[in-house]
Amino acid sequence: MRRWIVLAAFVIVAGCLLLGGARMRPFGAPRFDLMDRYFNAWSQTETAANNVVTAVVFDYRGYDTLGEATVLFTAVIGVALILRRLKR
Amino acid sequence: MSVVVRTIARILVPVILAFGGYVILHGHLTPGGGFQGGAVAASAVALLLVAFGAPSLKKLKSPLSVLEDLGGIAFVVLAFLGIGTTFFFNLLAGSGGLFGAASPIGPNAGFLNTGGTVPLMNWAVGFKVLGGLGAVMVLFGLFGGDDDR
Repeated sequence: MRRWIVLAAFVIVAGCLLLGGARMRPFGAPRFDLMDRYFNAWSQTETAANNVVTAVVFDYRGYDTLGEATVLFTAVIGVALILRRLKR
Repeated sequence: MSVVVRTIARILVPVILAFGGYVILHGHLTPGGGFQGGAVAASAVALLLVAFGAPSLKKLKSPLSVLEDLGGIAFVVLAFLGIGTTFFFNLLAGSGGLFGAASPIGPNAGFLNTGGTVPLMNWAVGFKVLGGLGAVMVLFGLFGGDDDR
């Protein structure tokens, strides 16, 4: 019984992967490239930064970076809260 | 650790810190940025931890925590700098002031004095990651595990 369940799961997952691979678009040609073209054309003008990745991370998606910084901050606070010498 | 490891660590730590600072400083021109450069610089703390042991780094714990707090505060302040337009608006880009030169359009190596608030945010996040990872490593070294060498 268990073997058949594993086999069915394998067939379903492999079929989905093969189907997705067969329908995949060629490398470097995404279906929606509006934002790509916008960043490539305007990031040097709008942020004056040559590195488009940094321009996206620190300017266009600053909220995302703020969230990442908050995650790191929370992790450090958690570690500092657990690993401390308790006064008694 | 042995005297060889300690000597090599003394030589390598400034080099690692300088490379981390380079990655942060050129974050708006070359691959890398605040997070990556901060992680590189934090590896210097890891090397110190391995070479000299956690108890000798105990007084480094508070400065690293303060560094992380200052980095986070500087990041939010820089984000609030452009609140006149929107949160995270790049106010300094192309203004002619600090990091305010306009970037040449097209593929080029770029100049250091460009980017507006982006390089400053790189420094803020770099200090934040250095302080955070360093403080976590020192804390783990001080309180995690029971073999004290």
